Amino acid sequence: MSAEDFLSRVELISPTEFAKQKVQAVQDYILLSAQALANLFRRPLYIADILQQADLIGVGSLSITVLAGTFTGAVLAMNSASTLQRFGSLSLIAQLVSVGMVRQLGPVITGLMVAGRNASGMASELGSMVVTEQIDAMRALGTDPVKKLVTPRIVSTTVMLFFLTILSDLFGLLGGSAVATLLLGLDFRQYWTDAWQILAFADVFTGLIQPVFYGFVIASVGCYYGMATSGGTQGVGRSTTQAVVASSVLILAVDAFLTRALTLLLGFR
Amino acid sequence: MALSSQMFPSEARVQPPSDAIVFENVELIFEHKPVLDGISFRLPHGETKAIFGAAGAGKSTILKLALGLLKADSGRIFVLGEDITEMTEDRLFELRSRVGIVFQESALFDSLNVRENVAFRLTEEGKIPEEQIDQRVREALSFVELENTIDMLPSELSGGMRRRVAIARAIITKPEVLLYDSPTGGLDPITSTNIIELLVKQRDVYKTSSLLVTHRLQDAFVMATHCFDRASGHMKRLPPGSKAEVPMSFLILRDGKVIFDGDAHELAHTRDEYIKKYLS
Repeated sequence: MSAEDFLSRVELISPTEFAKQKVQAVQDYILLSAQALANLFRRPLYIADILQQADLIGVGSLSITVLAGTFTGAVLAMNSASTLQRFGSLSLIAQLVSVGMVRQLGPVITGLMVAGRNASGMASELGSMVVTEQIDAMRALGTDPVKKLVTPRIVSTTVMLFFLTILSDLFGLLGGSAVATLLLGLDFRQYWTDAWQILAFADVFTGLIQPVFYGFVIASVGCYYGMATSGGTQGVGRSTTQAVVASSVLILAVDAFLTRALTLLLGFR
Repeated sequence: MALSSQMFPSEARVQPPSDAIVFENVELIFEHKPVLDGISFRLPHGETKAIFGAAGAGKSTILKLALGLLKADSGRIFVLGEDITEMTEDRLFELRSRVGIVFQESALFDSLNVRENVAFRLTEEGKIPEEQIDQRVREALSFVELENTIDMLPSELSGGMRRRVAIARAIITKPEVLLYDSPTGGLDPITSTNIIELLVKQRDVYKTSSLLVTHRLQDAFVMATHCFDRASGHMKRLPPGSKAEVPMSFLILRDGKVIFDGDAHELAHTRDEYIKKYLS
């Protein structure tokens, strides 16, 4: 296809129409999310589907979570070591890694990794079902696709991300301890004592409330883009990309708002 | 009826149950373009109506509207005597248990095997014991002569087999109305004839009302000129002159409008130039 042919096929959308489409998309996303949450209180609950998704999302994301957590903790320790050394405070490295991982990096890194793996998976799976009329077939066979497909994914992702974040925090601390003991020559036992003692309720609460929100964002965004797919296989590819981009950006945006809200609620340390 | 609908506009109207499906002046617009423009027709109980039209004429859309998968912009649609125009999704789920559909590309669930696909509705209802579901799945698969595929995945089946499994899935609840969306599209002539024979069997043995969307004129004409012979287990050609006994009619769409609605005899003697060209 020549450049001229391509340009002649490009449809120009007026700013008003563009704005309408975006508002419509936000409205559809909110409706889908609300419907999926409301389904938690309606039978059937599709426990088997929830467990299957928990296995796919949780167990399936175990390796990337562990690796991402370990390397993040190790890099955090290495990067902060030179600065701390300058002030003669190398012994604070355990506290820095601990608070950094538990409070912020663990949840966000895990959220982004799981978003990359699962929001894309959900969007492509549901998108394929839409373009092959399987979603229509499900409705025709008397089953609500939101209840059967979306709600179990949201529940599973939210629950599993919580546990994956705990694992990521733990492996981040392990990565930090490897750097602290093997490269910087600090005492292993002292590292873990410092890392444990520095943590306060506010840190743990802040770190563990985030995955609940991120899990919801990942699954609801992935499912929304999947269910809104149009335009055949090309559309499935587009939805998959959009789901990863939107969920990653939303995680960072929610992080910013959540950090501010939790700081106001729990106070600075 | 009209007066009551004016007085109680939100109240669902009830059509006398003489017709399986009724479309009253139905309009549907997609992206500012009319897809259906004042469509009206009725499908009497026990009859099969073949819907023809060029690609994009709105044939498949009619099936989706009849099942409530799409909502009309105006007009009214009655299915089995109930007005589905304003019906909620929950009430539609109940009504859909009395209507079966075979999608254009079968729309079998990739991750489920044949048994799970065919049993999907019964399993979801959760009221029927497992043994009874198994028995009904085997009955439905036996109807389409595919009992040996029960444990196979859709990806392991040929196009024709997938279509037949889709028919088994549609008929497992013994629906009163069946909607077929191009059931022979993309299939070889022998497989197409086998599918048409199943449709004739369903029409003549179970007296199911159906809408058949197809591009293949010969399929509809075979249905109009054949009946199912229970003794031989195959369809047989009707003797000349007895065509009117077959409950079969034709609907032709052009640019979102109905340009023909009648039986095979009327279709064969039409004077409409477009239809003549279409038939040739």
